[in-house]
Amino acid sequence: MKKLFIAVPLALCTSVAVADELQTKVEEMMLSSFKANGIASLDRQKQDEIQQACSSPTPPGAETMQRLQAAEMAKIRWPADGNYTGGDWKEGQKIAASGRGLTWTDKTPNNNGGGCYNCHAMDPNEVSEGTIGPSLEGYAKLRGNGEEIVKYTWGKLWNAKAYHACSDMPRNGYGGILTEAQIRHVMAFLFDPASPVNQ
Amino acid sequence: MRKRIKAVAVCVGIALTAPASAQEELNFDAYREMLADGNPAELYEMEGEELWRTARGPKNATLEQCDLGLGAGVVAGAAAQLPRYFEDAGRVQDIETRLMYCMETLQGIPSKEIIDGKFLQGERARLAALVAYVVTHSKGEKIAIDLSHPKVKEMYELGERTFYYRLGVMDFSCASCHSQDGKRIRATQLPNITTREGAAEGWGSWPAYRVSSSQFWTMQHRLWDCFRQQRAAEPIFGSDVIIALSTFMAGKGNGIEAKWPGVKR
Ligand code: HEC
Ligand code: HEC
Repeated sequence: MKKLFIAVPLALCTSVAVADELQTKVEEMMLSSFKANGIASLDRQKQDEIQQACSSPTPPGAETMQRLQAAEMAKIRWPADGNYTGGDWKEGQKIAASGRGLTWTDKTPNNNGGGCYNCHAMDPNEVSEGTIGPSLEGYAKLRGNGEEIVKYTWGKLWNAKAYHACSDMPRNGYGGILTEAQIRHVMAFLFDPASPVNQ
Repeated sequence: MRKRIKAVAVCVGIALTAPASAQEELNFDAYREMLADGNPAELYEMEGEELWRTARGPKNATLEQCDLGLGAGVVAGAAAQLPRYFEDAGRVQDIETRLMYCMETLQGIPSKEIIDGKFLQGERARLAALVAYVVTHSKGEKIAIDLSHPKVKEMYELGERTFYYRLGVMDFSCASCHSQDGKRIRATQLPNITTREGAAEGWGSWPAYRVSSSQFWTMQHRLWDCFRQQRAAEPIFGSDVIIALSTFMAGKGNGIEAKWPGVKR
């Protein structure tokens, strides 16, 4: 009986130690197996807290998720003038369609696309649309353009992880993928009554 | 024979350079069927077979004594049991790193030349042709890698962790694009690699002839481009991360028939 009691905690200890050793090896490998190429530097191989927390098949517990989301929420830059409009839906359409940018074959870290169509349906006439994210067809027609939905959408575009820590959607504003001006254009693509999204 | 295959490749190449609608892309299975008895990968297989038998390199030797895991010179069934651990090399190797090892040890062709080279060029392109030759001799075989070996098992576990490892400006991991059934990036169907069938589909259909670019891509080339889309830094040819992910996919797909060499959009 006594023996059994001792054996259990010991077994637990070794399994934890093995798991950590594996994690250390993964982190080392994620650096040693790569080389910098152009704008894709080795910094990209290191994880921030949220990336680390969301790197397993099961998301962290509710408490951790909330803490992480609150931290991401604080990183959102809201428009200085409190005005979310002013974008051009035609520009937004181009940004949504372009999946270009930030790979090691791109010369500059600027002028990126949003790659929205990689994951979302938007303009009902565009058939080449991904399905990783929910359909955004008829976005403002369905949800209106009240302050709450407009503010939420800006926040989601700026930092999707503020609403769902382990979201597959990139943090466009926070990550410097899109500029504030580009986000305004994408907002117009989603909300402008004349935008094909709302036809 | 050669001529006929080239003609098919050219036609399909032209068909796809016309602005391909999503519908056309979704109908890609039809192209695949059309090519079924004329996979342009055959060209590479023939080139690879010739390379296998030709004395080359500073040592002016053939690859006929290369041990791919089933004994010196045994090609039949070899691809299906890779990656595996090799005593002589002291590491787990996939088909590409094993061939690279044989080229260096038997022929004296420095691995560095391949590691520092570019896909589709020079010795790395010749290596791809050899891959085409070797996988052809595992056609219809079930994936059967030996996960009971501790080094292989460790690689599998490292690969699984890597599969979920988020990084870079877009926070993507392999799982962002390959962990749900029936998902698409734009019009391209993505296999769910977290399932046995999806892993076998992903692992077992590369190397493949890519119709859109008229190029023959190995699995290392495929993963290199996925890392590019993931916005990672550039993976080094033959490095552990590639072996780990390969071992994970092959191990997960164990027991299912491989479809290599594949034909892909
Ligand atoms: C790699 C995938 C991916 C990309 C790229 C992406 N999204 Fe998303 N998006 C998602 C997912 C998945 C969700 C579902 C909720 C979640 O997990 O965050 C989502 C949710 C949303 C929502 C909230 C929908 C709702 O019903 O609340 C909006 C709005 C949105 N995305 C807009 C965009 C726009 C605009 C772009 C491009 C600038 C974009 N997304 C790029 C994956 C993506
Ligand atoms: C941002 C999206 C994205 C990420 C991240 C990504 N992939 Fe892919 N992957 C793709 C696309 C798109 C294709 C299909 C390409 C084609 O058919 O032209 C693909 C194809 C594949 C295939 C071949 C599937 C088949 O059936 O032909 C494998 C295997 C694969 N990816 C593995 C991985 C692994 C492992 C990782 C992580 C290192 C990864 N991918 C990361 C988008 C991605």
